[in-house]
Amino acid sequence: MSAKKYFALIAIVTAIFIAFLYFSPHIFGSYTITVLGNIYIFIILAISYNLINGVTGQFSLEPNGFVAIGAYVTAILLLSPELKEELYMLSPPLPLIRDVFLNPNNPINPFLALLISGAFSALLALILAFPVFRVRGDYLAIVTLGFGFIIRIFLINNPEISNGSMGLDSIPGFASYFWIGVICLVAVILIYNIVYSKFGRAMKAVRDDEDAALAMGVNTFKTKTLAFMTSAFFEGVGGGLLASSIGSISPDQFTFMLTFQLLIIIVLGGLGSMSGAIIGTFLFLGSMELLRPLDNSAWHLGPIHGIPGLRMVVFSILLLLIMLFARRGLLGDKEIWDYIKIKRNKY
Amino acid sequence: MDMGFVLQQIINGFSLGSMYALIAIGYTLVYGVLRLINFAHGDIMMVGAFSAFIALGVLTGWKFDHISMAVFFTAVTISIIVTSIVGILTYVSAYKPLLDKGAPKISLLITAIGISFFLESLFNVIANQYLGGTYQAFYFPKWFSTIIHIGSLTIPVLTIIVPILTLILLLGVLYILYRTKVGIAIRALAFDIYTVKLMGANSNFIIGFVFALGSALAAIGGVAYAMAYPSIDPYMGMLVGLKAFAAAVVGGIGSVTGAVIGGFILGFAEIAIPGFFPELGGWKDAFAFILLIFVLLFKPTGIMGIDFERQRF
Repeated sequence: MSAKKYFALIAIVTAIFIAFLYFSPHIFGSYTITVLGNIYIFIILAISYNLINGVTGQFSLEPNGFVAIGAYVTAILLLSPELKEELYMLSPPLPLIRDVFLNPNNPINPFLALLISGAFSALLALILAFPVFRVRGDYLAIVTLGFGFIIRIFLINNPEISNGSMGLDSIPGFASYFWIGVICLVAVILIYNIVYSKFGRAMKAVRDDEDAALAMGVNTFKTKTLAFMTSAFFEGVGGGLLASSIGSISPDQFTFMLTFQLLIIIVLGGLGSMSGAIIGTFLFLGSMELLRPLDNSAWHLGPIHGIPGLRMVVFSILLLLIMLFARRGLLGDKEIWDYIKIKRNKY
Repeated sequence: MDMGFVLQQIINGFSLGSMYALIAIGYTLVYGVLRLINFAHGDIMMVGAFSAFIALGVLTGWKFDHISMAVFFTAVTISIIVTSIVGILTYVSAYKPLLDKGAPKISLLITAIGISFFLESLFNVIANQYLGGTYQAFYFPKWFSTIIHIGSLTIPVLTIIVPILTLILLLGVLYILYRTKVGIAIRALAFDIYTVKLMGANSNFIIGFVFALGSALAAIGGVAYAMAYPSIDPYMGMLVGLKAFAAAVVGGIGSVTGAVIGGFILGFAEIAIPGFFPELGGWKDAFAFILLIFVLLFKPTGIMGIDFERQRF
């Protein structure tokens, strides 16, 4: 595809999507709009998680940690010092935490806060990457899983920074449905361009054969670290959006459950496929809503009764079945247009 | 510093460390044979604790006020058998089909996470539906909490028994690995799985045995853990399992002795650091990962320095 055609395509997709964002609140009810907004945030998280897990092939369980960091950084940046004095009940906030403030009334500031959240996550990812990628990626999963726990312990044990287990609320709701959609679109375009760039090819080379990639002159350590940092950046941004759209955050929102949901999404869509991750998000969150009755003990279908927690049993079995019988997910590591169009050489 | 206090901390550290050690052995055995971080292993330990709890409940008719030793050991034996079967099932139903298809490692790891989450949510449903709540108090014979006074030390019997039991089990595992035919097969399999298959060894039986052995030890660890914090919940295995894995890496993953040493080090750190610096108490759960990161930075092969190119276990 020539550069001109490519930009034309992106412009068309952008125009259609923004038109959809603009008109959909008039078409759908508020419940659908809430679910859709949630889906957009999860798309950001899923495609960035896919970047490290699917495209680079390094099994990582980091999202909940970085999403928590993004959410807290955004919240702390956007809450005014007076409000923080009021909110921090367990212990007064540190002077630094109290005084950092980007006034959300200035329309630029929320976006600045999101960028800072992402940068903060990316910095932590860099620190984590050093011990982990020095040895082969095996330990990444354990270290990132432990990282999620450490973040949680940190948030609970430092009430002067995060208000402990009480969490924060009254976070300015700048993340309206429209802006979540726009940021999601920007994230999709950016990550798509990363995946199909020289850097993206290096990531896939690391996934397919690390030794061969190394022999061909790919700096595998740098590639893995940068992929991990990019992933963390967008997860931080997604966390900030989540904080703003929900309005209140607490350490218990960012448990391993979040990571597990994202894992199901990218496995369902096909590891390494961006369009797969997007379709996976729609399917997963849609079926989460549809299967909600399973968690409700009043619901029953013949002999089957709803039991609180049954939904997650169903989803974990679903993940196991996908891994056993359809390991490649819906789209494998290809994009959906690879199936629609006549195959041609992408590289 | 009071000498009695220090001794008390050391004994408590030993006791906590042996629980990590019992679980870490399972990680190290499976990693040695399949090069797979078996994420579900922590939850296998939870299954051990829950099946012991359920067996005790059924045997005593859910009246826990007086539990005899005979009933308790029957329940623990049932738990060990059930947990071993669950361990073998995870291999046969999930890992083996993937290994047979030659699936990439990432598929195995995702499957491991899937099993882990499946066991957690399954037992969450069981606990909520049939046991009446996520958190359950764990009951055991009163004798285990009898306090022994040695000088100024006050130690419950359980705290002494668990480390001794762990050392005996370690010797047992080492005996199996180095003095029995199965053990030779396990070590050979860890060295080169394809050649061992060519030599006519039943690799599935051997790997199944490894899973059963690791799960049985995890069941004992789970029961010990449940007795020390007399409560169980479906998510108890996750953090403990992760810590035990960190202990296995610190000791040198692939080494059984290393796993036990790593477990003891972690147990000491978790007891001693908050003991001497109470302000760090809230950070207890983070020590394992900080330790893990330092080991990965400075000595990735761990204390026992297992180099997979040359030696096993």
